[in-house]
Amino acid sequence: MNKNKVRIQNGITYGIVVGCWLLVQLMDKTGHMTSLLRGILVPLCMYSILAISLNLTVGILGELSLGHAGFMCVGAFSGAFFTKCMESVLPNLQLRFFLAILIGAAVAGICGILIGIPVLRLKGDYLAIVTLAFGEIIKNLINVMYIGLDKSGFHFSIKDTMSLGMDETGVVIIKGAQGITGTPKAATFLIATILLLITLFIVLNLIHSRTGRAIMSIRDNRIAAESIGINITKYKLMAFAISAVLAGVAGVLYAHNLSTLAATPKNFGYNMSIMILVFVVLGGLGNIRGSMIAAVVLTLLPELLRGLNDYRMLIYAIVLIVMMLFNSSPKAIEVRSVLWERFHKRKDTGAKEAA
Amino acid sequence: MRKFFGFGMAAILAASLTACGGGSSADSTTAAPAAGNDTTTEAAADNSNGGEAAPEAAGGAFKLGVVGPLTGPAAAYGIAVQNGVDLAVKEINAAGGVNGAMLEMNSQDDEHDPEKSVNAYNTLKDWNMQMLVGAVTSKPCIAVAAESSNDNLFQITPSGSAVECAAPDNVFRVCFADPAQGTASAKYIGENKLGTKIAIIYDSSTEYSSGIREAFVAEAANEGLEIVADEAFTADTNTDFSVQLDKAKDAGAELVFLPIYYQEASVILKQASDKEFAPVFFGVDGMDGILSVKNFDTSLAEGVMLLTPFSATEEGSKAFTDAYVAAYGIEPNQFAADAYDAVYAIKAAAEQAGITPDMDASAICDAMKVAMTEISIDGLTGEGMTWDAAGETGKAPKAVKIVNGVYEMQ
Repeated sequence: MNKNKVRIQNGITYGIVVGCWLLVQLMDKTGHMTSLLRGILVPLCMYSILAISLNLTVGILGELSLGHAGFMCVGAFSGAFFTKCMESVLPNLQLRFFLAILIGAAVAGICGILIGIPVLRLKGDYLAIVTLAFGEIIKNLINVMYIGLDKSGFHFSIKDTMSLGMDETGVVIIKGAQGITGTPKAATFLIATILLLITLFIVLNLIHSRTGRAIMSIRDNRIAAESIGINITKYKLMAFAISAVLAGVAGVLYAHNLSTLAATPKNFGYNMSIMILVFVVLGGLGNIRGSMIAAVVLTLLPELLRGLNDYRMLIYAIVLIVMMLFNSSPKAIEVRSVLWERFHKRKDTGAKEAA
Repeated sequence: MRKFFGFGMAAILAASLTACGGGSSADSTTAAPAAGNDTTTEAAADNSNGGEAAPEAAGGAFKLGVVGPLTGPAAAYGIAVQNGVDLAVKEINAAGGVNGAMLEMNSQDDEHDPEKSVNAYNTLKDWNMQMLVGAVTSKPCIAVAAESSNDNLFQITPSGSAVECAAPDNVFRVCFADPAQGTASAKYIGENKLGTKIAIIYDSSTEYSSGIREAFVAEAANEGLEIVADEAFTADTNTDFSVQLDKAKDAGAELVFLPIYYQEASVILKQASDKEFAPVFFGVDGMDGILSVKNFDTSLAEGVMLLTPFSATEEGSKAFTDAYVAAYGIEPNQFAADAYDAVYAIKAAAEQAGITPDMDASAICDAMKVAMTEISIDGLTGEGMTWDAAGETGKAPKAVKIVNGVYEMQ
């Protein structure tokens, strides 16, 4: 692909996001907006960010990660923890939220690097195993954590709020399984859209840079990449850490969109990681725009089809299996290429006939 | 070619967005603030989740929304609430409605997920909901309460027991707050001298259990109760309690306090009887339902005491239980009873406030907030229930003891 083509492709991707934003503004102004749609805008951006960031690991780097929700969880809790602690020090909510995003991203990134250093040196499916465990460990760790704040500083316990031993001014910030309650609703559609654009900017630029080509060469042929002197671990770690950072940002968005935050299997568990993976697989491995669209469609669909809710998980499973077969089964690829050729031929003959 | 593909995708996305915009425009025309009573056909179409469209009456209809888990692991609670509301709405409508106005209900699934509960709430807002019964479970309830307080929409939760559920001033609740149950249990044990050496076995992974336990421990000190064993388990280790029971037994506990749900309690009772450990077992409202556990020898539950707001077998709830079983084919639990009471509380407060269905949700909320503190109703879950401005109910918990396989009031 030459440079111009890349530019056009990227432009389309950015254009879709900006176009959607403008469309929403237009609908808002003309009163065509439902409460449901207004409420789901921030989650849509959040899931898009998650799908794009996971696509960096799965599609571009070619490593399977089954714990993406774990990084999101880390980001969500560190970000929400910050906004709760700084409530009296920094009364400006927007500024606090901005700093929370940076903190959530940093903490998630550190976790990503810590996991990546030992695991990414290995060949094979070890990353999938370790990230799977990481997601579950983080969830359980947060569920036993009690952190309180009073005049004398932070108190920490893994038993209950009483053993924190705070004085009467103490406020419990993280309350074990009850998590953090009362996070301010700072996430707006504008901020979420900007974060999505930044995510796209980072990922698309990375892919089309020298670094990105090095990362993709590792995916395509590790031995060949090694033989021309590419530092495998460094590039793998870089892609994985960026992916974790972006998941952390999505987590902060999640935390500041709801007034309650708890690490349940539903929101930060294995199911969530798989759901993000479904977005990526459905949108196409390595296809950033595709994963974004898949995230939007799959998040919107169950809400628009509320009557069929009982069958949602069933539909997910079937879609996943069908897409897997469609994408990678040799027979399906054969059928696809035959269809593609026929389509082209008809188009060519059609064009000739027209001429 | 890729370029065309890209444009195609963009077109699809735009089309899908406009599609939902189009759907919404149809909604918003009928959802104009004053509409209220001419949306029966649309409401009937929306009521896919077992809601029922009220017959048109001269006074119009109040739109009651219900948010709760209708699918997933917590579905039993959500469905019970939906049935409870449904039953109460049918009864009220049959008896002439609220000041002549009918009630209309629409229930939406939240899958016991805060994020989904906000979506469910927004869906109901598009339906032009005027009052909300829900959410059923605590975490979703906190998330929905933040939204409803933003919109100033009247909300009454039948069963959201975490303290924060009723924190905004537009939210009221029918059940007890978690700490209130713990405090009440400790007081009851202390006053009735059921034992002084107490062991606690609780689930540290649920806020319900750990919230009750915390308040219990705090109050136990005031009642002269000595906590000799304080053992936790989590959702991952809720199949074997021999370690916890051994500790309680070795410490010489006279009473074991179980602020947990009945599934785990049934395992504890079985294992305790295997160990020939027979203290008094004392539960809270989560214990309600222990007699209906499959393959559980109910003789093991003999002598178990629990504080519960509702018992299906007691005299006062007989009419409700019969009607419920006839309509839905299962025994009602306390969630159904709480929901039933919530609707009657709405009826009483609406009559007190004199609201009419053509008022908008915010005006209704302002009137209801005041009226809720002025009413007193005799419900299934308590006699002379009143509410304070903070949204908490002032009813006395009922203690029951299981004798010969049925609840006996104490």
